[in-house]
Amino acid sequence: MNIPENLLYTKDHEWVKIEGDRATIGITDFAQHSLGDITFIDLPKPGAKVEQSKWCATVESVKAASDVYAPLSGEVLEANTELTDHPELINKSAYDTGWFALIKIADLGEKSRLMNSVQYKEYVQGLSK
Amino acid sequence: MIDSQGLKDTPLLASHKELGAKLAPFGGWLMPIQYSGIVEEHNWVRKSAGLFDICHMGEFMIQAEPSRGNLGNLLTINLEKMPEGACRYGFMLDEQGGIIDDLLVYRIDNSGWMIVVNAATSEGDFEHFEKHLTGATTLENVSQSLGKLDLQGPLSTDVLENLLGPGIRGLRYYTFSYFNLLGERIIISRTGYTGELGYELYMPNDKIPQLWGKLLNDQRVKPIGLGARDTLRLEMSYSLYGQDIDKDTTPLEAGLGNFIDWNKEFIGKNSLLKQKQSGVFRRMTCFLADSRRSPRHNYRIIYKGQDVGAVTSGSFSPSLGIGIGMGYVKDQIALGEQVVLSGGSISINAKVTSKPFYKNGSAKSGEIK
Repeated sequence: MNIPENLLYTKDHEWVKIEGDRATIGITDFAQHSLGDITFIDLPKPGAKVEQSKWCATVESVKAASDVYAPLSGEVLEANTELTDHPELINKSAYDTGWFALIKIADLGEKSRLMNSVQYKEYVQGLSK
Repeated sequence: MIDSQGLKDTPLLASHKELGAKLAPFGGWLMPIQYSGIVEEHNWVRKSAGLFDICHMGEFMIQAEPSRGNLGNLLTINLEKMPEGACRYGFMLDEQGGIIDDLLVYRIDNSGWMIVVNAATSEGDFEHFEKHLTGATTLENVSQSLGKLDLQGPLSTDVLENLLGPGIRGLRYYTFSYFNLLGERIIISRTGYTGELGYELYMPNDKIPQLWGKLLNDQRVKPIGLGARDTLRLEMSYSLYGQDIDKDTTPLEAGLGNFIDWNKEFIGKNSLLKQKQSGVFRRMTCFLADSRRSPRHNYRIIYKGQDVGAVTSGSFSPSLGIGIGMGYVKDQIALGEQVVLSGGSISINAKVTSKPFYKNGSAKSGEIK
């Protein structure tokens, strides 16, 4: 299971990379693997406000549709529109070319509700027991 | 074998685990859903050859003279018209015309028949035969000992030729023959559930792992799970029993009236004739979404603002790159008409289309059109 050290994580298997007041978000390798082939994505639009733990995107696999929640609150600056025609990038590269959106962080204090890579790894191992 | 959850497993469970398959219950069996991924497996079957573990399906052997007894009355297929070595698709119906099961009949010789049925309905089907069948000298459920592997894809003839010699090339669509393989004399039919050129191989369970291994040794062959089996059959608009058809639906509603021979008697015929006269109340309709978004089972079908039915099967179509679905609609909507398929907060614009969704299948390749 690929869990990069420089990211923070949610219990719903989203990741966030914080750089200053910007955050890149996506879903984890564990999430893409459980979903299987991702065939469709509904992304938030630039300018949209997202709230921590609230809906920010929907992904569909062959078998089911799943909601994705924002790991932090903020304003969407950019969405990865490449995914619209190539949602399989999420399967191929969940932490890199499979990123969902770039947001301007509203409250960096929300970071305290996220897990670091060690905590997330333990969390995921707990799920598979 | 039966595990602690009451799920049966096939002779290939250990092999599926070794191949890293995701396993899940299906029809009372623990079955492989996917190996490398549904889309990749789907595309492999469309371009090469895929191997499916179908040991969960049921097989009955029956000895019955077609002119005596009532075997023919239990099925919508005209048995007397079937040549030896032919396969036919059809239905077992109840008195109301509801579908007890959809099945394949193999005519082995003048009075010998193999009937292949769905896994979940297998026991009920057999009871139905036990209860109603007259004039048969043999009725045997061989599901426990007879396994089945499906090899499907445009290269499947080439793959089988390596094992069986050129004789396999003579097998025409919807026929079968006996072949010698691994010391057994086995039935192989040119049939399938994917729309591609392909075969179904019936082998005693104890030799299924050997056959599976031998076929997978060929680089052109990959194992395919039930996930891709479902997307492949849906692209062909083939019905899945328990989801698209069941006891509450008739073949006429399902758009499968062409698998009924009206020139003979069968259980359910009177009800179907009445339905034919009065017109069907609802009919199976196919939908093409305008995006990659998948319609799902139980999504409502909205036409001109009215709720006209529900989706029975829906998925992303790997071959077409868009969402596809089918479901029963009150009355008839013309081809090309726009509908909305809606589930919760999701609404998908779609249009009514003809079947099948995927029109480039190789199933009938080499046949005279």
